[in-house]
Amino acid sequence: MSSRIPIVPENTEPLPRLRENEGMLSWVASVDHKQIGIMYLICCMVFFLIGGLEALLIRIQLAQPEFGFLSPEVYNQMFTMHGTTMIFFVVMPFLIGVGVYLVPLMIGARDMAFPRLNALSFWLFVFGGILIYYSFLTQSGAPDVGWFAYSPLSEKPFSLNKGPTYWALGLLATGIGSVASGLNNVVTILTMRTPGMTMRRLPLFVWMILVTSFLLIFVIPIITSAFAMMLLDRLLGATFFTPAHGGSAILWQHFFWGFGHPEVYILILPAFGIISEVIPVFSRKPIYGYEFVAGSTVAIGLLSLGVWVHHMFAVGLGDVTNLYFSFASMLIAIPTGVKVLNWVATMWGGKIIFATPMLFATAFIIEFVIGGLTGVAIASVPIDWVVTDSYFIVAHFHYALFGGSLFAIFAGVYYWFPKFTGRMMSETLGKWHFWLTVIGFNLTFFIQHFLGMMGMPRRTYTYHDFPYWGSMNLISTIGAIVLAVSVLVFVWNILQSLKRGEKAGGNPWNAWTLEWATTSPPAVHNFDLVPPVRGRRPLWDLAHPDMPDEPDAKVV
Amino acid sequence: MEKLGGLFNPSSLEMDAMTDLTVYIIVISAAILGIIAFAVAYIIIRYRKKPGDDTEPYQDFGSLKLEIVWTAIPVAIVAVLFLLTCSTMNVIQPPVKDHEPDLVITGHQWWWEIYYPKSGVVTANELHIPLGKYLLIRLESIDVIHDFWVPELARKIDAVPGHPNYMWIEATKPGVYLGACAEFCGAQHANMRIRVIVENEEEFKEWEKQQLVIPATPRAGLAGEGAKLFQEKACMNCHTIMGTAAAANVGPNLTHLNKRQTIGAGVLTNSPENLAKWLTNPQKYKQGSLMPNMKLSDNDVQALVAYLEALK
Repeated sequence: MSSRIPIVPENTEPLPRLRENEGMLSWVASVDHKQIGIMYLICCMVFFLIGGLEALLIRIQLAQPEFGFLSPEVYNQMFTMHGTTMIFFVVMPFLIGVGVYLVPLMIGARDMAFPRLNALSFWLFVFGGILIYYSFLTQSGAPDVGWFAYSPLSEKPFSLNKGPTYWALGLLATGIGSVASGLNNVVTILTMRTPGMTMRRLPLFVWMILVTSFLLIFVIPIITSAFAMMLLDRLLGATFFTPAHGGSAILWQHFFWGFGHPEVYILILPAFGIISEVIPVFSRKPIYGYEFVAGSTVAIGLLSLGVWVHHMFAVGLGDVTNLYFSFASMLIAIPTGVKVLNWVATMWGGKIIFATPMLFATAFIIEFVIGGLTGVAIASVPIDWVVTDSYFIVAHFHYALFGGSLFAIFAGVYYWFPKFTGRMMSETLGKWHFWLTVIGFNLTFFIQHFLGMMGMPRRTYTYHDFPYWGSMNLISTIGAIVLAVSVLVFVWNILQSLKRGEKAGGNPWNAWTLEWATTSPPAVHNFDLVPPVRGRRPLWDLAHPDMPDEPDAKVV
Repeated sequence: MEKLGGLFNPSSLEMDAMTDLTVYIIVISAAILGIIAFAVAYIIIRYRKKPGDDTEPYQDFGSLKLEIVWTAIPVAIVAVLFLLTCSTMNVIQPPVKDHEPDLVITGHQWWWEIYYPKSGVVTANELHIPLGKYLLIRLESIDVIHDFWVPELARKIDAVPGHPNYMWIEATKPGVYLGACAEFCGAQHANMRIRVIVENEEEFKEWEKQQLVIPATPRAGLAGEGAKLFQEKACMNCHTIMGTAAAANVGPNLTHLNKRQTIGAGVLTNSPENLAKWLTNPQKYKQGSLMPNMKLSDNDVQALVAYLEALK
């Protein structure tokens, strides 16, 4: 097309080609953002299977009251490792990985700003994961003090085993990697956009990665310093968190949740980004209220820094403290609600194609709203006093992080798989995966709201045979088994589609952002030509020159 | 139909207030979820792409008016929720000021120590409280963070080492209520259970009086042998029995063990057979518990059971 003008200057050096890049060593040594992104996704998939297996073992142990499938020690290791794995080694790196792959493509850049730093971030993540899982092979076993590792339980006098030391060291390593990748994203997004790609035209996924990256830069150092203090306590006999020797048990919680609450948004904002890309494409409409969807992300990012004490309402910090944090937490419902309503409005009046990515995105809205509403409920101090540390909380955050983040990740995988691999995923298997996930997920977690309200505490390896507890837990366990089957279908779909999936072509979904303007998979140099950017949907403008999004926009 | 516990059976003034608040919030949340689910269902039916229709729909970029409306509505809902939150907290958490606590509860790995400062009664894992009395409870911890939780009776409150907490409670229905530790506290977090016996004032006074009596130490027979063993074996290094030399605080106070309903912080019901099983190998019933397997002979176990049974 004549309107395509070369933006990226002609490279005088010969560029490496994919063919030369196929050996294992070329992957390990790669600094290409796409190869690093793919490696992130593969590693996360492996950790997802491990974390899922841990979840299944937990649910089997809880299938009946007083069941003896796992010993208390092993159970405690399982729930610690399940939480740690899913948060630090599945959802967070998965979203970072998708970002690493897509951000340069979406903004029309050749690579990340610091390609080698990008590789370092990835390898630190792998190293941290290996370190933590290595602890299973040591004599004292894996960490068993919960993913929150409250002091003084995680301190030497109460946990002589080495698990928590491996835990702190491993997360310290991945944490440094995450800060580096946050910095890399910020610099890439702010400085490497193709001409015409103003901040107001950034794809929403990129906006959300940008806010997430700022959060990473601000909050990971909090927990990294806390890990360092914990290691000083455990290895060198300092007493930062040991009240018996002048330390503070509550200090750890402030550090942990000072990081841990924004972390929740690190896990959900990029997921919001995926949803904000998928829904418009499959509704065939632009996102409704772009400025509000982007702006509410910034609001959520800022608010998330001031709400950590809502994890500590039962600690006894006083009513004034509790009420301030209660109010600040409830405020987050406002920008989040704005987002949800904008997604619904985007679908309204569209011509919706319910391919697998859209199925997951639609289900995401409902599941995430349930998780969000229970989140508002527990922001209210007295309700938190009733349900905190009960199965109600387990249900709440699984609706937010599984019904939310993970559903969005599934939508994203089905949506971008053709771009990553050049092949489509099977729609039939995709639909099986979708329905099994929806059924299994709701069967597992919805009933836990009631278990929590009836008084079942979390993190217990067994429970008394109170009325209905046994049968309700059994239902939950059956749901978990259905979920396990759905994951197998998903993995099978990926493997099958890699081998014999239909060829995708450059833009199988007829989407509008720049990553679809190149081949699938993209060449090492990303674009031969970057299309002109005169609006938020460059490929729409190309396809509909008669009605561009911004009719007055000038070609840069 | 068997009775559901927790929020479904509030049995104190405090839980009544919290249950009301929960019901309000559930109603509001269900309404919001209903509206969104209905809208999505309508969209799925109404706006599905028809086969053969390849035209693009109307390209709608948003509306400032609508954005303002759906920002304002959540603001109003949040305001209402926050006011409800404040007023409920006022009911359940009046200032402590200079009240003396009626009860001091101390969390241990993995059992509860209970002390009545006004009468001097010390017991473990079973809390007797009078019906209809407004009580101030002070929560402490000796080791790690625990959390006192009896779902029908009260809010959760952490027992934090070096940071005592206070909680008000007024039970409104007599009965036995089961609770647990809610904050993960190590290997046997699951078996750190507590029973609260709410009884009318006369019954409570009676119980308190009985608890203050120092039991006679048996001198003869199997029980006498048990009493001697208790002092000779390591038992006295961890437990207290009033009227004897045993005065340690690592394990529960056993002065009136016979009067308790369970042993091992709720692991087994209290009977001579279970006591014998427990003494033979506590690790079998509470793996990781701080009470070791003392490798007692059957005869020693029988003697100790006879002694502990005599502690009425």
